[in-house]
Amino acid sequence: MDGIHDMGGSHDFPASLTERDEKVFHAEWEARAFVLSNTFTGAGCANVDQFRHAIERLDPEVYIGDGYFGRWLGSVELMITDANGQVAPGRYTEHRAARELVAPPLFAVDDIVKTKNYNPPGHTRLPGYVRNRTGRVELLHGGWVYPDTHAHHEGENPEHVYSVRFDGNELWGADAEPSASVTVDLFESYLELA
Amino acid sequence: MTHEHEHEHEHDPRAIRTEALERLLVDQGLITSAAIDTIIERYETDVGPLNGARVVAKAWTDPEYRARLLADGTTAIAELGIGGPQGEKMVVVENTPAVHNVIVCTLCSCYPWPVLGLPPAWYKDPAYRSRVVREPRKVLSEFGLTLDDNTEVRVWDSSAEIRYLVLPERPASTTGADERTLAELVTRDAMIGVARIDA
Repeated sequence: MDGIHDMGGSHDFPASLTERDEKVFHAEWEARAFVLSNTFTGAGCANVDQFRHAIERLDPEVYIGDGYFGRWLGSVELMITDANGQVAPGRYTEHRAARELVAPPLFAVDDIVKTKNYNPPGHTRLPGYVRNRTGRVELLHGGWVYPDTHAHHEGENPEHVYSVRFDGNELWGADAEPSASVTVDLFESYLELA
Repeated sequence: MTHEHEHEHEHDPRAIRTEALERLLVDQGLITSAAIDTIIERYETDVGPLNGARVVAKAWTDPEYRARLLADGTTAIAELGIGGPQGEKMVVVENTPAVHNVIVCTLCSCYPWPVLGLPPAWYKDPAYRSRVVREPRKVLSEFGLTLDDNTEVRVWDSSAEIRYLVLPERPASTTGADERTLAELVTRDAMIGVARIDA
């Protein structure tokens, strides 16, 4: 889905980055929300793609205002609400996402590929800023569970994943910074030969 | 920066909501409060950038390990007994005078927990997530790292389950230093790619 979470290249957050050292957790509730969220998915009440999609479904103001661990908390609450308050462990027991594939990869290193103009209303790991863009295959990663269906109870449907490098000018136009690129990990369904 | 730190008093609604979730999951028998304490302590003390620093220091002192690490990060990192959630497949990218790599996750905040621990606040900040893919040189300069125009910048957006670790350049002044001494020089930020290592 197109939403607040898909931040790559957005102009909405212009703040400068200032480095600072810090504790792992800023408050006790952050630490407990972190462990409880991992407990919920670890017990198989939901898979990681459902967890990420529930974060994306939070109200945009909540997404920003509640912060990172607040979003984790909100995601688990939303999934429990979806299930009418029921907590059902054991539904998802395989937490590793890598899968052996029989089908060979469609693309090879150095192939020039184009991302599809794909804008699904549900979960996807194709960021908006690399849709309908041309890049070069950099790495092949084997088969992985497909988040776009796995987040919606529509099965694992594993696919080959590729690191695809996009030149800065292809993404941002003539004003892009010089000799800069972004490499993004993309599922085979997102790609076609250019 | 975000508003993450504005509501840290004891009546923070997120603290109250967390207590309710804890009661529910404890009642369901999924975890105990004592087990939560133990896991928190592990993330606060054991899991952190020290693991990544050991990997980097070994790669700096052992050319064969460095070659294995760059060829198959997951297996080479596992040689040191390091692995776990958010480290299922690791790719290590090497910084050189010609190429500078930097890591981000624009869609959420994916991060290689087994080698670096949990991400710092700035890594999760909308400003970093949105800006580093569009203007990496400017963002790096705000971290105090000004790159030569001839240095190519490669940003890696970890949008699937593969996690990335930057192998920083070894400072020239450390010739002859042993692995343990070197590991103490390696910073979290250098392994994300927003800093160099000075010595």
